[in-house]
Amino acid sequence: MRFFTRTRTGRVVLQLALPVFLLWLWWVTSENSTSYAYPPLSDVLEQLREDWMFDQVPTDLVPSLARFSAGYAIAVVAGIAGGLVLGLMPRVQRAAQPVTEFLRAIPPPLLLPFVIVTLGIGNGAKVAVIALGSVWVILLNAVDGVRSVDPVLLDTAASFQLSRRRTIWRVVLPAASPQIAVGMRTGLAVGLIMMIISEMQGSTNGLGYQVLAAQRSFDTASMFAGIIVIGLVGLLVNLGFVLAEKRIMRWYRGARGLLDENEAARPTARRRAAERRTANAAATRDTPSRVAPVHSHLRPTRIRHQEA
Amino acid sequence: MAVLELDSIAKSYGDGPDAVAAIHDVSVAAQEGELLCIVGPSGCGKTTLLRCVAGLLAPTSGQVRMGDEVVTRTPRSMALVFQDYSRSLLPWLDLRHNVTLPLQSRGVGRKERDRMADAALESVGLDGHGHKYPWQLSGGMQQRTAIARALAYEPEILLMDEPFASVDAQTRAELEDLLLDVWSRRALTVLLVTHDIDEAVYLADRVVVLSKSPTRVKESLTVELPRPRDQIRTKELPEFAHMRAQIFASIKEESAHAVS
Repeated sequence: MRFFTRTRTGRVVLQLALPVFLLWLWWVTSENSTSYAYPPLSDVLEQLREDWMFDQVPTDLVPSLARFSAGYAIAVVAGIAGGLVLGLMPRVQRAAQPVTEFLRAIPPPLLLPFVIVTLGIGNGAKVAVIALGSVWVILLNAVDGVRSVDPVLLDTAASFQLSRRRTIWRVVLPAASPQIAVGMRTGLAVGLIMMIISEMQGSTNGLGYQVLAAQRSFDTASMFAGIIVIGLVGLLVNLGFVLAEKRIMRWYRGARGLLDENEAARPTARRRAAERRTANAAATRDTPSRVAPVHSHLRPTRIRHQEA
Repeated sequence: MAVLELDSIAKSYGDGPDAVAAIHDVSVAAQEGELLCIVGPSGCGKTTLLRCVAGLLAPTSGQVRMGDEVVTRTPRSMALVFQDYSRSLLPWLDLRHNVTLPLQSRGVGRKERDRMADAALESVGLDGHGHKYPWQLSGGMQQRTAIARALAYEPEILLMDEPFASVDAQTRAELEDLLLDVWSRRALTVLLVTHDIDEAVYLADRVVVLSKSPTRVKESLTVELPRPRDQIRTKELPEFAHMRAQIFASIKEESAHAVS
């Protein structure tokens, strides 16, 4: 059992076991199926290859992802900017609270009829649906994050005469970033849902459109193929986000003592660069005693309780 | 010459009859180059007082003056070291960038900033640690970083709010000696707030004893102990014991008042 928890291969095997088993189960139970609702997996995979390798990639996948990226980017920028304004101005925040809470309480799919009426069914309208769907959770988390910045940090910034602008960029935003990241991650999921939903009404392309069209033309294999693609897109987008967050928020997990041994021992890119600089400077000065840092990345860097 | 004057500082919270007076009336003047310690019983508003001095909090009445200027925000020539280093250092910046952040707003060039930061880190015994993050260091090293940040800022006055209260006794003694070392090497006026009588006597040129809240100045005692001071030899001196006892009695009297 230690194999599955202690080794890298073991962990990968452990995570792949269930998906492989389910695919196998799907394969054998559907193998001789004649039901139109449950086509053989072989047909689905054949359809997957036919539709998505790569005919519909430029016509459907790319437009979907483009609209999603634009909508999500707008939501992130607007959510953080709005979060800063409301978070830094408690009175404005209190005045706006009933409205933001109401808008957040509206289930995002209800935005669709509203947007269709006001903005129509073009790309812009779809981008708006995605942005409007995911902006609230980002906004409210950003407000929370900004409001809970440690007052000692703000005192520190004020005592060193940091300008308001610099205080916001260098102190408030980074301090609020873990909470903002939580909102962005939830917003990502909402955005993906809104991307699909926006393509199910008045659309001529996109992932959601293709799945709905396949279902309506009784092409169940194609429908399943589309669902698989959507699932994979969601998986990869989330994975990308988590990996980026892990890297950018390394300090946060470090500060909370959540880095595991491997991570703590691995020097950051910035640190490696710093060590290279030190080494180069030392080499040009030709002072042997200063060359030592060249090899210091080989040593574990976890020095939590060491006192100078 | 007094570089920093607290003139009848009072601070109360709330309005009208419900107002709670935290600080009743505190007047203190710090002379240039002086190491002044302020001690008082717990809960006597030491931190409130220091925040007023730094211009982070407006006193209800009275004023803080540096020379001819009334302090309404932290003056350029003043730097603070907070008690809680883990909350006043920025965990997303490495030590060097923690130290250089205040210098950026002053338009110091990047090369010069790095040089100043490295020099400041070296002066607190942290040379070679510049690219580490605060959370990779012990509490003592983090507070050294906070001191380095204040020193790199090149202040004339250093305000310290119970700077050594969150570290163990051994580290505390080291940091006290570090402070005496940098103070003796620079033209620096230090105003240090503490609840630790031994620390105050060991460090100070003069100790100001505060009453319990609502706070006023109880007494101001000049410490005649010879410098350089030494953790063992200075604390063995009869004068040290005498001074310590005197302040202790004074504060104990306050606590007794509080109970009765």
